[in-house]
Amino acid sequence: MTRYRLLQIVLVVLVLAYPLVVAGSPVWARLGALVLLAAIGASAWNIVGGYAGQVSVGHSVFFGIGAYSAVVTYTHLGLPPIAGAPIGMALSVLVAAVIGVPTLKLSGHYFSMATIAVAELVRVLSSTSEFLGGAQGLGGPPVPRGVLDLSFISATPYYYIFLAVLAGLLWLTHMIERGRMGFYLRAIKDSERAARSLGVSAGRYKLYAYMLSAAFTALAGSLYLTMFGFVDPESGFGILISVKMVVMAALGGAGQLFGPLVGALILVPLEELSNSYLGGQGAGLTFVVYGAIIVIIARFLPSGLLSLLDRRRPTAPRASKTVDGHAD
Amino acid sequence: MSMTLVQVVVSGLLLGAVYALFSSGLTLIWGMMNVVNFAHGDFVMLGMYTAVMIWTALGGGPWASVPAAAMLIATLGIASYFLLVRHIMRGPMLAQILGTFGLALFLRYGALWTFGANFKTLPDDLVGHSFILAGIRFEGARVLAGVVGLVVTLLLHLLLTRTAIGSRMLAVSEDATAAQLMGIRPQRMQALAWGMAGAATGIAGALIATFFYTSPTVGETLAIVAFVTVSFGGFGSVLGALVAGLVIGVVESLSAYLIGPVYKDVIVYILFVLVLWFRPQGLMGKA
Repeated sequence: MTRYRLLQIVLVVLVLAYPLVVAGSPVWARLGALVLLAAIGASAWNIVGGYAGQVSVGHSVFFGIGAYSAVVTYTHLGLPPIAGAPIGMALSVLVAAVIGVPTLKLSGHYFSMATIAVAELVRVLSSTSEFLGGAQGLGGPPVPRGVLDLSFISATPYYYIFLAVLAGLLWLTHMIERGRMGFYLRAIKDSERAARSLGVSAGRYKLYAYMLSAAFTALAGSLYLTMFGFVDPESGFGILISVKMVVMAALGGAGQLFGPLVGALILVPLEELSNSYLGGQGAGLTFVVYGAIIVIIARFLPSGLLSLLDRRRPTAPRASKTVDGHAD
Repeated sequence: MSMTLVQVVVSGLLLGAVYALFSSGLTLIWGMMNVVNFAHGDFVMLGMYTAVMIWTALGGGPWASVPAAAMLIATLGIASYFLLVRHIMRGPMLAQILGTFGLALFLRYGALWTFGANFKTLPDDLVGHSFILAGIRFEGARVLAGVVGLVVTLLLHLLLTRTAIGSRMLAVSEDATAAQLMGIRPQRMQALAWGMAGAATGIAGALIATFFYTSPTVGETLAIVAFVTVSFGGFGSVLGALVAGLVIGVVESLSAYLIGPVYKDVIVYILFVLVLWFRPQGLMGKA
């Protein structure tokens, strides 16, 4: 137990000191920030996709809403982009309710297909919208007007902002995991019919998880905009945005607190490496590798990498793990 | 009804027959083993590239590319079944969805890497020139695609409902264990279903390539068309897919004509969401 505690302390110190350790290298500082940003998105997906077992492949809708809310707040209102974050989160919760009420009734594949269709619908519509800059997209402040614009040359400030948001999100997820809602969500995931018959209002809890997940995905989108300063339909609403969230969570371990972070730690450096070494051609190859990784996880490691750790450490405290079963 | 409108409806029907053909592949697998092939659109895309390659490398038209695409995609389907689907279909939901989704990404970006992002088109007059019949203009390529699509879809329907093989496949989809006790090998039947679905999809792809641009990401849109068709027609019903495919073809060309080409996808997506909303099991599907 003390060794476990010591390991935790060392990890926390390492995470906090990371930008100082790599101070000389902007590339590494940027990589750290990107990993954390991806982990925020994937952890947000994890709430509904991992814990509740509702595999949304359309979370780019919320990511795009967050990014566009931030940029529109700047271009149309002249405010700092980050002021659009709460707007994006509120809007996403609303949109999640509108999408979720009909689609969460669907089980398994049907829900995934519906979320893909909605995301594609939104992407096509956004590229025809004058207000959102059409297919060209919109850019944030070219020159920072003040610290509130959150426009920094160094990646270190982003690192700490993203770290704080991720820590908050993981804390919240941890609280849900340990509380009544986490218990309900696991029950729904294992067998929705059984959960219902025990009096869990499955529909309502799935919707709560979906809305919460949407809010934090939108926050990830707004943060993305502050760092990159630009969004277009493909980088906001594109299907690959959703895919990355799903893959990171699944690789690390969907429905596990640190699963998405582990996935991001592996996949983001991989993507950056292949992009920088293979140039324009690399973008295609990155997703070939992504595809191969997904197939391999699905085939050989459906519970993700963290499940390997679990097997080796059978005494680890696991909250009420029920036997794997299927709803139908 | 004005002549232009008739023209639009006719081209919608011809397009719809091709939609029906590749959707019947999806519905066959779905109905038989309750697995959604998220890579289905990318199977169509590969069928299209087969036609493009056969034209650019050998100068062959649809007479060569249709059989070639059928065999190639059928092989791909059977390989996917044995290497991937067979193992994930009893796993958790996330693994089922991720499995074919990962395959989709692999094929889509593999095609991007191999063929480049540029759109490729076959020559307009590859299948013959357009002609005018009863005041309606027909394009050779679309007529061929529509007629072959209709015939192959009907043949598939007959194969599934009127032959011994079809009965065996139905038996496996109803109850694999019981079928096994009757001396039917479920895995063989399921592999056969993947092969037949692949062949239908490959044929459809090779036909679409004769009148539509071919690009690595074209499967994304086509997959959604197939999802709409299948959910509209009822899961597992090839005849349902035929009717739904024709309806969606007409809806698409009407909305392109009446509202604007950009919105034809939008209308189809909205239709899909509405079907899922009001009738998640499909118009004729089982609960």
